[in-house]
Amino acid sequence: MAKSEVYRALGLTDEEYQRILDILKREPTPTELAMFSVEWSEHCGYPRSRSLLGLLPKTGKYQTLIGEDAGGIILDDLAVIFKMESHNHPSQVEPKQGAATGVGGIIRDIFTTGARPIACLDSLRFGPLSERYNRYLLRGVVDGIQFYGNCVGVPTVAGEIYFEESYSGNCLVNVMCIGVARKDRIARARAFGAGNSIMYVGSSTGRDGIGGCSILASKEFKQGEEKRPTVQIGDPFTEKCLIEATLEALATGYIVGIKDMGAAGLTCSTSEMASVGNSGIEVELQRVPRKEKNMEPWEVMMSESQERMLLCVQEGKEDQIRKLFLKWDLNAVVIGKVTDDGMVRIKDKDKVVAEIEAHSLTQAPIYNMAHKKPEYLDELNELDISTISEPKDYNDVLLELLSSPSLASKEWVYQQYDHMVQTNTTVLPGSDAAVLRLKQTNKAIAATTDCNSRYCFLNPHRGAQIAIAEAARNLVCSGAEPAAVTDCLNFGNPEKPDRFWQFKNCVEGIAQGCRFFNLPVVSGNVSFYNENPKGAIYPTPTIGMIGVINDISHICTQFFKKEQDVIILLGSSKEELGASEYLKVIHGKIKGDAPDLNLELEEAVQHCALESIRKGLVNSAHDCSEGGLAVALVECCISNKEKMIGATIDNLLFKFRKDAVLFGESQSRIIISCNEEAVNRIKDIAKENRVPFCIIGRTGGKTLRIFQKKKELIDLELKKLYEVWAGFLPRQIQR
Amino acid sequence: MKFGVVVFPGSNCDQDCFYVIKDVLKQPVKYIWHKDTGLDSLDCVVLPGGFSYGDYLRTGAVAKFSPIMKSIVDFANRGGFVIGICNGFQILLEAGLLPGAMLRNKNLHFICKFVYIRTENNHTAFTNFCHKHQVLNIPIAHNEGNYYIDEEGLQELKRNNQIVFRYCAPEGNVNEAYNPNGAMYSIAGIINKQGNVLGMMPHPERSSEKLLNSEDGLFIFKSIVNAVAMRR
Repeated sequence: MAKSEVYRALGLTDEEYQRILDILKREPTPTELAMFSVEWSEHCGYPRSRSLLGLLPKTGKYQTLIGEDAGGIILDDLAVIFKMESHNHPSQVEPKQGAATGVGGIIRDIFTTGARPIACLDSLRFGPLSERYNRYLLRGVVDGIQFYGNCVGVPTVAGEIYFEESYSGNCLVNVMCIGVARKDRIARARAFGAGNSIMYVGSSTGRDGIGGCSILASKEFKQGEEKRPTVQIGDPFTEKCLIEATLEALATGYIVGIKDMGAAGLTCSTSEMASVGNSGIEVELQRVPRKEKNMEPWEVMMSESQERMLLCVQEGKEDQIRKLFLKWDLNAVVIGKVTDDGMVRIKDKDKVVAEIEAHSLTQAPIYNMAHKKPEYLDELNELDISTISEPKDYNDVLLELLSSPSLASKEWVYQQYDHMVQTNTTVLPGSDAAVLRLKQTNKAIAATTDCNSRYCFLNPHRGAQIAIAEAARNLVCSGAEPAAVTDCLNFGNPEKPDRFWQFKNCVEGIAQGCRFFNLPVVSGNVSFYNENPKGAIYPTPTIGMIGVINDISHICTQFFKKEQDVIILLGSSKEELGASEYLKVIHGKIKGDAPDLNLELEEAVQHCALESIRKGLVNSAHDCSEGGLAVALVECCISNKEKMIGATIDNLLFKFRKDAVLFGESQSRIIISCNEEAVNRIKDIAKENRVPFCIIGRTGGKTLRIFQKKKELIDLELKKLYEVWAGFLPRQIQR
Repeated sequence: MKFGVVVFPGSNCDQDCFYVIKDVLKQPVKYIWHKDTGLDSLDCVVLPGGFSYGDYLRTGAVAKFSPIMKSIVDFANRGGFVIGICNGFQILLEAGLLPGAMLRNKNLHFICKFVYIRTENNHTAFTNFCHKHQVLNIPIAHNEGNYYIDEEGLQELKRNNQIVFRYCAPEGNVNEAYNPNGAMYSIAGIINKQGNVLGMMPHPERSSEKLLNSEDGLFIFKSIVNAVAMRR
């Protein structure tokens, strides 16, 4: 094969190859070429996104920690570390193992910082369930998450699943993991101190997953390509042992630095640890534990075999560390040492097969990509709602919405995940956000993921801001103050200007939103090239957000608690139907603009709700989102199936179309329920915050009824609503 | 009174059990590594839930060969209290300390949710704090909780009052609609003939604090403390 064919096959451009020649001042060896290709891939080096990611704020109300593998915030004596990452292409190719290793990889990113992983959340997106392959993907991905997460003992506590045409052929699997450590125990991914040892721990190295990051994650899918062998295979049992052994090892104080071997395996861990520590690393590949014979040096350096870590251990303490890993029946081998020459030197049987300055590997080129507004957008944004016919029977519309894939109950999914192990899950799946108590404190954290990608498709800047606003609103409804963000930015091919325009606008939207709410983005991940033969996925900047509950007595959930409570709507509704679930499901249209978002009003509504919750005035709080007010009310009534409570809504304002009142997705609205005695105090808080306040009805009974003056628009039994809402997904899956 | 919580590689509810015993019950407790052998000075051994050895081969099948298991059999034979929760129950079945076997859940999926169980026998070391037919709200989380035993074995369990818990409706009536995993006779927990070894699929350690939505699991832990005190 000609030289140019080799480097192009590895994903390097002609210019990048020239740059390599300039760095090395000679021809690269095959191992070196492989190392550059993975380190400079979008997955590791972010060459096409880095210029924009600098816009994201890094500070907020809480002290932030920005690490190599994940970031977090300081909360008293604790560090809460979290990050979200994608495993899209592997899951599209092999859903079970793709999703499983996605879970395993992000969990390693967390415990490599010294934090014990305490929860995972999954944000999933698939094409329509009418297609058999999409049903296979959903089943496979859920199976992979339960297979890995349940065994490894980290609860899967929340998440979201959306279905849109654009994900057919390119599903999204974004996994977020949260960990907690004592703040003085945080570890870094670095190597320094010449003479210190480089130690390999965990599973042996095989040919699995070679090129997983550079080939799978940094290119578009083409039809009929056989990529299954590039998907890694997960072993959650080994990972569980690795968590315990690693945390025990870090507690000794003998570990200088640590990094997991995920994407780009040994290449990434050696070069990044050396680079961060401003030192060099020398490794002898023959000492690397193998599961296959006759592996070439470049294969060992590229392998993405799972459940492996690289440690930098103080000279003389190797035996103590080795014993800890052997106790858990894990490999622990010294494979090299730290040097002071700044070079990553890889030897095979004493012969040098790669010798590269560490910084040159980790400083991928930065590209400023061309961007251009997509031509179709102006026309799509136009929506004359007078052409949309108003429904005759609102009961039918509500039932149809509840049995649409994105709105239907996800109980079938989360019941397969162990969401309680570690006994911190205070609010179980099915409310606005998961709540995890922090043992030995009086505090808890709330966590959620959010992104309405249809909004982002029709208006990337505002759509991304809405994702921030809604995630924060979900946390507030749980009694938490939003504290910090991780993002997983899923987009199409960045080399196409219309796709890059979406990326640019979403990143700018996130940056502006986060600055407004004083939220730092502490970690994140970019996943480009999410395309299928028909085009790009919807731009999907998934937001993971953590909030702090200062007193566990403030924990709040979305479902009504008792009969005869007063139901209040905070915020105001507008005549907005654009981009709504109603427009898509009932009228088959994906059109219009994303709902309006007034950041000041959003902040005021959240502030009002949180203050009312903290004062003990609120019995339930629920965010109004997809499906609008009517669907949110149904969720308040039935999402605690042990204790469903109906409602009569007889004081809604109908200033405009009925369907817009019931199903419009105006932002910055929260439904709360409270005791009669609390109403005036909440009203005062709303007034102080200049938040629109309206008593819309009362809880009670076994039906949900919604009136326009005396006219009944909705009258449905809770039992019926529940059957439709909870029954949809199991029925679809069994097809 | 001293509890010991066994740690197999792959156990993942060991720390949860430890926490409840130490921080909620305020009783002395220590971890026991599966390669250890000594259980002296303990009154009750907990085999926690999780995926010992990854559940590879068959749930509990590898764990029964751990060095600690021989000591646990001896401990049980000497009359020491042993409680196996979830994977711990599966290990007790594999080790022959309890009769029967586990099949995969009837729906072939992992199931994690709160269920109700009815106390069939409240004259045991593990249920003396419960009243007859008391309903407990306790979560399950397993792939293989579909208890099976042959007809003769079932009759024997019944005859000896060895069936301690059965899945039931919130009001306490037992019927198939409330049997989450297809377990024979809705069995959720059984005890050995001698009355000192209990296996149960639901997780009492996940329901021993108000903050976790149920404190019913405490009935079981408190019963054990009570039983040990009565012995002395």
